[in-house]
Amino acid sequence: MNDMRLTERKVDAKELKIQARNVQVYYGETHAIKDVNVDILDNTVTAFIGPSGCGKSTFLRTLNRMNDTIDICRVKGEIMLDGEDIYDRRVDPVQLRAKVGMVFQKPNPFPKSIYDNVAYGPRIHGLARNKTDLDEIVERALRGAALWNEVKDRLHAPGTGLSGGQQQRLCIARAVATGPEVLLMDEPCSALDPIATSQVEELIDELREKFSVVIVTHSMQQAARVSQRTAFFHLGNLVEYGETGQIFTNPEDPRTESYITGRIG
Amino acid sequence: MPAIWLLVIVLVLAVAGYVLGRARVMRSASGDSRILHSLPRYYGIYVAMMTLVPALLLLGIWLVAQPMLVNLATRAEIPSAAVENHINLSLMMSEVHSTAADITTAVNAGTLDEGDLGTPDRASQALGRDIDAATLDAAKHYRSLDRIGDMARSVIVPLLALLFFFYTLSRIHKDMRARNVVEQGIKVLLVSAASIAILTTLGIVLSLVFNTIEFFRLYPARDFFFGTTWAPSFGGGSQLGILPLLWGTLYISLIALIVAVPIGLFAAVYLSEYASKPVRAVAKPLLEVLAGIPTIVYGLFALLTVGPALQTVFGRDALDIMPAASSVMTAGLVMGIMLIPFVSSLSDDIINAVPQAMRDGSYGLGATKSETIKQVVFPAALPGIMGAILLAASRAIGETMIVVLGAGAAARLDVNPFEAMTTVTAKIVSQLTGDADFASPEALVAFSLGMTLFVMTLALNIVALYIVRKYREQYE
Amino acid sequence: MTDASATPAQPSRSRSLHQTDANTKRRNAKEGRFKALGLGAIGLGLVFLVILMFSIISNGAGAFQQTFLQVPVYLDPAKLDKNGNRDPAEIAKVSTFGYAPLLQQGLLQAITDKGISTDLAKASELKNLISASAPNVVRQQVIANPDLIGQTVTFEVLASSRVDGYLKGRVKRDQIALDKNISVAQLDLTDALVKEGMAVKKFNWDFITGSDASESRAEQAGIGTSMIGSFFMMLVVLFLSLPIGVAASIYLEEFAPQNKFTDLIEVNISNLAAVPSIVFGILGLALFIQFGGGTLGISGLKASAPLVGGLVLTLMTLPTIIISTRAALKAVPPSIRDAALGVGASKMQSIFHHVLPLAMPGILTGTILGLAQALGETAPLLLIGMIGYIATNPPDGLISGFVDPNSAMPAQIYEWAKRADPAYYERAWGGIIILLIFLLSMNIIAILLRRKFERRW
Repeated sequence: MNDMRLTERKVDAKELKIQARNVQVYYGETHAIKDVNVDILDNTVTAFIGPSGCGKSTFLRTLNRMNDTIDICRVKGEIMLDGEDIYDRRVDPVQLRAKVGMVFQKPNPFPKSIYDNVAYGPRIHGLARNKTDLDEIVERALRGAALWNEVKDRLHAPGTGLSGGQQQRLCIARAVATGPEVLLMDEPCSALDPIATSQVEELIDELREKFSVVIVTHSMQQAARVSQRTAFFHLGNLVEYGETGQIFTNPEDPRTESYITGRIG
Repeated sequence: MPAIWLLVIVLVLAVAGYVLGRARVMRSASGDSRILHSLPRYYGIYVAMMTLVPALLLLGIWLVAQPMLVNLATRAEIPSAAVENHINLSLMMSEVHSTAADITTAVNAGTLDEGDLGTPDRASQALGRDIDAATLDAAKHYRSLDRIGDMARSVIVPLLALLFFFYTLSRIHKDMRARNVVEQGIKVLLVSAASIAILTTLGIVLSLVFNTIEFFRLYPARDFFFGTTWAPSFGGGSQLGILPLLWGTLYISLIALIVAVPIGLFAAVYLSEYASKPVRAVAKPLLEVLAGIPTIVYGLFALLTVGPALQTVFGRDALDIMPAASSVMTAGLVMGIMLIPFVSSLSDDIINAVPQAMRDGSYGLGATKSETIKQVVFPAALPGIMGAILLAASRAIGETMIVVLGAGAAARLDVNPFEAMTTVTAKIVSQLTGDADFASPEALVAFSLGMTLFVMTLALNIVALYIVRKYREQYE
Repeated sequence: MTDASATPAQPSRSRSLHQTDANTKRRNAKEGRFKALGLGAIGLGLVFLVILMFSIISNGAGAFQQTFLQVPVYLDPAKLDKNGNRDPAEIAKVSTFGYAPLLQQGLLQAITDKGISTDLAKASELKNLISASAPNVVRQQVIANPDLIGQTVTFEVLASSRVDGYLKGRVKRDQIALDKNISVAQLDLTDALVKEGMAVKKFNWDFITGSDASESRAEQAGIGTSMIGSFFMMLVVLFLSLPIGVAASIYLEEFAPQNKFTDLIEVNISNLAAVPSIVFGILGLALFIQFGGGTLGISGLKASAPLVGGLVLTLMTLPTIIISTRAALKAVPPSIRDAALGVGASKMQSIFHHVLPLAMPGILTGTILGLAQALGETAPLLLIGMIGYIATNPPDGLISGFVDPNSAMPAQIYEWAKRADPAYYERAWGGIIILLIFLLSMNIIAILLRRKFERRW
């Protein structure tokens, strides 16, 4: 996989899912995200790339208000999900996060059984009326995360006993089970070996059918492989945003080009 | 010569050794300290150390060994017929000890002349109490052996110090590696300091085990462990069953834990998950003040504040189920208050050790804080929290002052928490602070109680520390 | 990966984020309740603390005030110095029993002079108003200054604990029917004396500096002597546990190899830290019975000597001090050690010249906290006999401070709490205030030390 296998996948005129306008993020005195404008489409994989510390993960976490858990973090600007501002006073982050799920850098299964890990979201959001319902949701989510065949015989074994790649797919299944519309992934493969990585990448491509996927990645190859649209961040600024093919072959900004050709990073 | 004087002599010798050792090496280097292997002071320390340490070691061993040997020798001299007048040998020996001590005191005070001890009658008159012939003989024998021992000690200990003093002094010259020797010596001192922990444990175990064996010789172990009555009487014929005491101990500890665990846990959860920095900075140390207050204060609080307060509700004038201010409930409540910070700060540490990634995973799915705490953080921290609770339980079982003052003195097996009951620790205190002879079963039972307490708390501590350590490793 | 055909449940597709659904409302309510429980737990803990502090201060503050009586006493030469030659040796022969009637007579005279009406006609009926310690106060002054004899001198003496208790609200009129130490008429007289300014409450220095008194003289008892006992005990603990604790920690932290012996020491230390304190008392008692005081060459050394108590407390505090000292040593970065070794220092020199001085603030902080713990510890002291002993005389020298029987503050408080007279409860609470002031100052010193020398590497 050393080539830049740029996709000719056609990017249809997809529905607009998330619209970010003039987003600023401050950590105490630090201005971490400066005036970012992004449109994220439905049924599309959008990749955020950039050197470490450029703010891509921070920006990702503003999309489902995960930054709320950090005391010193302030967000300004507008982020619209289906036309509604998610930083509106009336929005309950709990409800928001059910719609905008998240998968983290390191697989973080709960110290519970595989089944309970997946059932956790549906249970707290009250998505199942009874046990049969819940079983069905769990199975669907595990199938959706391409994990069902591997774990169907040991659903009640602890989730921490799985391999790294399986754990990460379990976390994806866990996120999928709440029925989100957007799936945020923060470097989901950085802790995985190449085989597990390719499994997860294939999965991401399939997930696109049902969700809008936003992925932060360190690896440009990965961005090229899985995404249709790419945003390049540098020092808290969104430098360039466009179709993946165009960003990698014909970047407009010299900084993007330097990064892609390996001169900064 | 008293041991203190020996100590002074050896110390003076050591100081002289330092000065002379330093001077001698400077002379051997003709005053040029640069050609020495080590700094001049190391040669001084070398002599001082070698003079001091072996002599003090010998003195220490002597202080421990001499009474033992003298005891054994005296014991061997006592005719078996004489023992019968004193029930058993150990009672006889304690009589011998006190007689010997009285003679020494009287001789030192000048009220008694050694010559007065010719016959038991004259000795009894001089000391103002009855002494039989066998005891007097044994006491005299004891004294003479003791005196010989003291004399030998006064000669041998300074002699040893002098020997090392001259030997080491003679070895000093400019190429000697004094620093290495001194450092080796310091290292030996460091190791021995660290070994004191082992010696303490050994001392505790031995003193408990020997006295417990002694107790079981006088009182059947079966009756002790399975007896349901606790009724010591110093005239003999005591019933010393541990069950009522264990019941009181466990009952009070249970109430204490029922108070402390929920409050402590919720406080810990709030402090680590909800509280803002300033709230945490104020509330946490304030709660920990409760842990810094001596237990005697809690004891008084139980006896004079909480007990009477409970009585206004449950006492004779109201519900009439609480006959006295001291009760299981009084002691349990106060002990619970004492344990709150203990539970809360231990749990706080443990909850903080749960990785943030785990919480993020839950928040990312749209869980609220309380859902995350109850369903993710808490199960993850459970082993650690169990360990903390076990440690708190061990504290509760071993707590003394609160129960001595707040729980009462009556040993009973009752379920009413407003009755006065008593505990293992409270009875250890009462059995050992009475006027009982230390060789009687009524006093010796305290050591068996202590043994039971030690084993119980040790088991709890080992299990708890093991659980907590395993838990920490899991997230490191 | 072809089994991903099923669509996950998506019930919230169409719902607006700006409306909180019923389920979320319920969950948020639960969240609120949970948070309130946590806050409640903290609040409850703090309420307990406040109640505890309130009952200590409200009950104990009284101990620092004591009622004194101003009594003009005619020092009758006929009673005190029959031969009239003012020879101190002869005057000293008159015991306190000779002075008591003079005091009572003087008080009666003063009452009549001021025109206070009372049913108490006989001087001996005033006995219950005056502390039993008062005659001795007068006697000491007379022996010190024989020329006073024949004059009328106004003495300030302690009122009895019943009078004191009455003025502090502890002794109530309707509760003294069976009390043979005070009567209603005597209380009436007390009120009159207060009005005339003859009975006044004053700050009671003697409580802080004085000695314990017998059961019936609560008004005279002070905590000073046991404070000295505690002080000598703390000296023993400090001078033994600091060097031993530091030495043990240096070995474990810097030299100990990874082997069974080291493990054994570690396990022992962590377990000793959790052994109930009373077990250390048993150890102390057993050792003392075994070896006694005679072998130390200090004849008549009692188990209740501060030296013995200090030794027991040392064993108890050692684990605490070792644990904190090791933490302080661990906090010194390895680069310091490497730097010293790099210029050719031996390992021992690198530790004693560089690591130890840097760790010293942390070690001292830990030691102070260990001492504070030892200062408040009571249970082991009970077993080695620091109770039941009335510490009436302060030690008269350095050696005597270590080896003469004494009490300690917590043991003294326990002793007072056990006595039948409620006047002693006030003293016990007062003793607690003093004890807590000591503990508080030690903790503040520890905190200041930590603040001042806190170093971030």
